[in-house]
Amino acid sequence: MSIRKEEIRKIAHLARINVSQTELDEVEKKLVGILDLIEKMQEVNTDSIEPMSHALDINQPLREDKVTEKDIRDKSLSLAPHSEQSLFIVPQVIE
Amino acid sequence: MDWDIVIGIETHVQLRTNTKQFSGAPTKYGSEPNSQACLVSMAYPGVLPVLNKESVNSAIRFGLAIDAEIASRSIFARKNYFYPDLPKGYQISQFELPIVGRGKLSIDIGDDSKDVRILRAHLEEDAGKSTHGIIDGKSGIDLNRAGTPLLEIVTEPDMSSAEEAVTYAKKLHNLVQWIGICDGNMQEGSFRCDVNVSVKKKGSSVLGTRREIKNLNSFRFIKQAVDYEVNWQIERLEDGGKIEQATILFDPESGETKSMRSKEEANDYRYFPDPDLLPLIVSDKDIVVIKKLMPELPEEMKARFEKDLGLSAYDSEGITSSRDVTQYFLKLVDLGANAKLAANWVLGNLFSQLNDKDIDILDSPVLPEQLSTLINRIEDGTISNNAAKKIFEILWKNTGKEVDLIIDQLGLKQISDSNEIDGIVDEVLKNNLTMVEEFKSGKEKAFNALVGQVMKASKGKANPAQVASILKEKISK
Amino acid sequence: MLNLSLKEISQALEKKKFTSVELTQFFLNRVKKHNPSLNAFITVDEGKSLAMAEKSDQLIQSGKKSILTGIPIAQKDIFCADGWKTTCGSKMLENFISPYDSTVIHKFNNAGAVNLGKTNMDEFAMGSSNETSYFGPVKNPWNLNCVPGGSSGGSAAAVAARLAPAATGTDTGGSIRQPASLCGFTGLKPTYGLVSRYGMIAFASSLDQAGPMAISAEDCALMLDVMTGHDEKDSTSLNRKKENYSNSLNKKIDGLRIGIPKEFFEDGLDSDAQKLIEEALKQYEKFGAKIVDISLPNNHLAIPAYYVIAPAEASSNLSRYDGVRYGYRTKEYDDLMDMYFKTRQEGFGDEVKRRILIGTYVLSAGYFDAYYLKAQKIRRLISNDFKVAYEKCDVIMGPSAPSVAFKSGEKQEDPLAMYLQDIFTISTNLAGLPAMSIPAGFVNELPVGLQLIGNHFGESKILNAAHIFQKNTNWHLHTPKGID
Repeated sequence: MSIRKEEIRKIAHLARINVSQTELDEVEKKLVGILDLIEKMQEVNTDSIEPMSHALDINQPLREDKVTEKDIRDKSLSLAPHSEQSLFIVPQVIE
Repeated sequence: MDWDIVIGIETHVQLRTNTKQFSGAPTKYGSEPNSQACLVSMAYPGVLPVLNKESVNSAIRFGLAIDAEIASRSIFARKNYFYPDLPKGYQISQFELPIVGRGKLSIDIGDDSKDVRILRAHLEEDAGKSTHGIIDGKSGIDLNRAGTPLLEIVTEPDMSSAEEAVTYAKKLHNLVQWIGICDGNMQEGSFRCDVNVSVKKKGSSVLGTRREIKNLNSFRFIKQAVDYEVNWQIERLEDGGKIEQATILFDPESGETKSMRSKEEANDYRYFPDPDLLPLIVSDKDIVVIKKLMPELPEEMKARFEKDLGLSAYDSEGITSSRDVTQYFLKLVDLGANAKLAANWVLGNLFSQLNDKDIDILDSPVLPEQLSTLINRIEDGTISNNAAKKIFEILWKNTGKEVDLIIDQLGLKQISDSNEIDGIVDEVLKNNLTMVEEFKSGKEKAFNALVGQVMKASKGKANPAQVASILKEKISK
Repeated sequence: MLNLSLKEISQALEKKKFTSVELTQFFLNRVKKHNPSLNAFITVDEGKSLAMAEKSDQLIQSGKKSILTGIPIAQKDIFCADGWKTTCGSKMLENFISPYDSTVIHKFNNAGAVNLGKTNMDEFAMGSSNETSYFGPVKNPWNLNCVPGGSSGGSAAAVAARLAPAATGTDTGGSIRQPASLCGFTGLKPTYGLVSRYGMIAFASSLDQAGPMAISAEDCALMLDVMTGHDEKDSTSLNRKKENYSNSLNKKIDGLRIGIPKEFFEDGLDSDAQKLIEEALKQYEKFGAKIVDISLPNNHLAIPAYYVIAPAEASSNLSRYDGVRYGYRTKEYDDLMDMYFKTRQEGFGDEVKRRILIGTYVLSAGYFDAYYLKAQKIRRLISNDFKVAYEKCDVIMGPSAPSVAFKSGEKQEDPLAMYLQDIFTISTNLAGLPAMSIPAGFVNELPVGLQLIGNHFGESKILNAAHIFQKNTNWHLHTPKGID
């Protein structure tokens, strides 16, 4: 199972992770190995099988529409890499 | 070259719940930045989502209101993309199995009505907000809004003009407020439309490429944006160009639509079922309970007004255009006002003043109690229509003043005593023999002139209807 | 002292043989002494721990104690603890001071237990050897040249070297059981949903479960009694009547049907380890249990399916680490994209980045059906295999790991060799079943673990079976050399 370097660049972009030119070969080699492993799944026919998202057959519980959370602004702003005037500061978001 | 316009709308409706979609943080608008961003809203490591019951109820109410299928089992999915106002790096939404399936909303265009098919409506969460200008070259992120419950309502591309698009948007806007799931405040972002526009050669079955105008939050903007975009697309095609799929923004200042900064590649959202949430099960019993608590819907009320109160389709549509207007109207009728007159006064004089002063009917200085009295006085002949208009203006400027008091103070009572009118008519006939002759010799206009003379003689107070009938009787002798 | 059970320690505290402060100081001293060679702990805060011990002493004085009151427990650094650095073994959270307590920590605090410190782990729980931690690898107390297993390697080393009487861990593909096997102690992964995941930093949400790591099954039962329970902050938390896991430890196991999956004894299992497992099973027959041959025919697909599902969920769970609101942010950046790319390239280690890429790939357009959907279908096949097996048996047993602890660095070049460490444990995570590992002997002076797998909610059954074994053997009381 091969993966083109172009595809690696694309998924790295989607995942917002830099993969440098030099790293690309290493990454490709390791990914190909894992993809070969995953390919084994195709050995078995699963056409009539229902996918399983959760181990147990239970339903989503619902929460009462009551306020339970208090203002943690001071704490959360203190944990931020950069905050100003109660906002989290990042490089300009261009629409 | 004739063109067909094809429009589909996706509306993001902020639900009127006390807390967010997946946590117990408050959702009040306009709070201090980041004061309503709880641990879950902040997407700290280890936090988990738990679904708001009231959001589910809201979605079911909406499904019932548009006569849609309500999924007994729906799934939450993650829509993955990176943006600073999206704390988790994914939005929890619904993808393959939404809670509300196919339904419809009918709109009136002139005398015709048309069904706009709604493909689906699903629950999801809102993102935070970014502010610019705090620091040069930087944006400030406020996560108060992150996690606010949204219902996304998607139509089929059934609208074929800007007018239809606006009519649909207005109708939907009314409906979501009517059933109490949204406060409808468009300035605060409670109701936002993404409008998909494409054009195709008239009669062609092949759809053109569409462009999506994002985040329109006023009906005026929808109209302007669609008009501009349609022209833009047609011009481009007629020049031999092609339309590329794009997400665009409307700039109210220039009145133009502009493509957003081009992304390097289209976003692959990698939807998959959210493993932190379980399938949402809605039972028939749940639906029955919610249906019982639903108010009468605008469509049903409109039909009832036409049938039982004799209102015209146009007037019924107008009255049921908003729950607040309907409540006002119903109050008038409750207080004994004639339904047709009430409709006229609300849709005519009241609306005209409200629009002029840009006031909501809830803030109207003229209350139903006063207006119903006024209408009753017209109906029982106490005052003329013209007098009523004068009184209305006074009521508008002086909240709470009593109608009867004004009538007395200004001596606006009509003369309705037939004997009195009889006397005035006799006087006028005696003094205007020429006009009488003219009428007798066939001049119809002379009659009106004589009526005019009677009105003048009575200083405008005679009941015009009675004048006309008494005069007619006497003159025909 | 070092082999005292939690119950014995609790009784000693009650009898005022020592105070919680003394007990905590004792273990803190041991940590100070041995951590430099083991690197089991990332964060130790004597002040905080002793303050908790003091509070517990007050509870004990006023007669308000419960069984874990005053006892120091080492906490895997994956559990958010209010005011404590919580790193998840990553540079991304190197200086992250958690603003809240996870439910697990909260429960231990309520029980009056003392937080001994945060233990080392594979970065974001991705690993089977504790070699991917940003804070350096953990060493196996039985042989410092060997790995302790992972991802709960720090907690494993802490328990094995008796730096703490017990610890917590998490198990997504075997991360409690495999280290328990490699380090010679008892570790248990509960049925999915029994222990709240709120505040437990997410790796693969549908597979992650927290569990106890201690000297014995009896101790694990006591810890489980505290850790389990419905949590309305976790939608996947089970809402069922709370069980007392300590109550049925001594039930007789006559007639217990023990299923032995033939697939666990084909390739991949070291022959010496296999001998020990077989001896353990013979012991069980002596206790009156019956051995039944069963098959888990799709077990060989567990690893491929896992390495689709886990990375897929992880790739999404780790998107929140973007340098915007907390955690690491790269120092220099030109614009937003630059900030994202650099922060995530620098903040994550290689294994984490690899799994994020795989996860992103298998979820991407065009691949979803072939990979993610397919894996979820295989998950159902595997789950069905267990359903069928449990018609013929009560408990399934086999090895926990393919061999004893391997040498540090041995499997770092090839991720696949590392992934195969989980060959016996992964299927239980996919099926959401409870499972545990107990010491069953030594090969070359390195521990070998016996795995017990239960049906859903079968914790009591496997704890019972484990306890009977431990009452009649003493593998679990062996301690490594050089840990005095």
